[in-house]
Amino acid sequence: MSTTEDGGSIAIEVTVNGTRHRREVEPRLLLVQLLREDLRLTGTHIGCDTTYCGACTVIVNGEPVKSCTMLAVQADGAEILTVEGLAQDGELHPLQRAFSEHHGLQCGYCTPGMLMSAHALLARNPDPDRRQIRKGIQGNLCRCTGYQNIITAIDAAAAAMREGK
Amino acid sequence: MYPAPFRYHRAATLDDAIGRLVGIGEGARALAGGQTLLVWLKMRFDEPTDLVDIGRIPGLDAIEHDTKGVRIGALATHARIARSPLAKQIPIVGDCANGIADNQVRSRGTIGGSLAAGDPSCDWPVLLTTLDATVHCRGPAGARTLPADGFVQDLYATRLEAGELITGVSFALPGKGSAGAYVGFKRCAPAFPTSSVGVQLTLNGDDCTQARIALGSAALTTIRAQAAEAELSGRTLNAQVIARAAEAAAAAADPVPDQRGSPAFKRSLIDALVKRGVEVARRRARGETVEVSHEYY
Repeated sequence: MSTTEDGGSIAIEVTVNGTRHRREVEPRLLLVQLLREDLRLTGTHIGCDTTYCGACTVIVNGEPVKSCTMLAVQADGAEILTVEGLAQDGELHPLQRAFSEHHGLQCGYCTPGMLMSAHALLARNPDPDRRQIRKGIQGNLCRCTGYQNIITAIDAAAAAMREGK
Repeated sequence: MYPAPFRYHRAATLDDAIGRLVGIGEGARALAGGQTLLVWLKMRFDEPTDLVDIGRIPGLDAIEHDTKGVRIGALATHARIARSPLAKQIPIVGDCANGIADNQVRSRGTIGGSLAAGDPSCDWPVLLTTLDATVHCRGPAGARTLPADGFVQDLYATRLEAGELITGVSFALPGKGSAGAYVGFKRCAPAFPTSSVGVQLTLNGDDCTQARIALGSAALTTIRAQAAEAELSGRTLNAQVIARAAEAAAAAADPVPDQRGSPAFKRSLIDALVKRGVEVARRRARGETVEVSHEYY
């Protein structure tokens, strides 16, 4: 199928937050760089850049992934959801509202990744207990909060979403 | 961080991938989920000239089991294995699949990649050695099978030949009275384990007729702790017997000192993990549901 003869670019197509994009990309371009530098969706953060911290977490075809550890060419054809895709029609997503209401962030650097991991968790388990929430964000590091308010926020968001709010 | 530049090839079929790997030669690497390889490339531990993406080859990700045994395709992700009925039916498989790194890595990482990396800290080689599994491979010389035990030969070195790919793994369903556990300890979810242990026992009451124990992150390659197995096989399990097995496993380990701990610390971890693994296997053999996986802070 696709081959580059000289390290040249590869044509890919991705759907990000409902919008389709076609790009010619260098094979070594990371998904996070495609999102941030090309599509200018800078809500997805680069933290450790070594698959630890989870700041770069986005949802690819329904699964949470660390976008610093996926090539853009591997995402060819994928449906991607980033933090920018959470709010709808100017309304914050229930997770975003709950993080705000329950003080689920301090510096905010890890927050986009936390939100996306929480989103992936609630898509599979709409009513998680606190232990399951902890496991849901196990791949996301926060150096400020001590996690307690993040867990409370996700718990509250899950309840709000179950009630259709 | 960027990997060094490389050419990218997306393989349509297994034969296409093998042909490209052979044609390109030494500079080629196969890319599946990339959860080990891409980190190496970004850190410039490796600078291949070409990546052959095998991630979209159809038919390589099935997770199947029948009365005869289990077969898992090389491209099955840790997350899919963790969610599969197999993980419930054979809890040691769930222990391992659920314990690998974190949710995000499990979404992308594959069982074949975990084996092919030849990394002594990867979990699947340890689990598959514990279960006496078979690795199915295909290369320019055709298909062949290799035992999981010994598949990882040395640090980052496996028995795969040039151009050869893992297509899947298979193992027998544990028989009557056979139960196991896979336990590990790591500093945080995304970290590689500091130590991990797989235990599979065949029990008749407390009488152990067969034992298999494998250790991860315990040396430069996956270790099968045969001296520890010998302490359990043919014996009635009690605290002293189990303690001797744990001691033998710790003695079989040859851990390297690194930021995860000193050899002495890792040996004492292995001792504790063997005891825990045996205890969980015993409870499971009695029909109890026990949830274990890697522990972390």
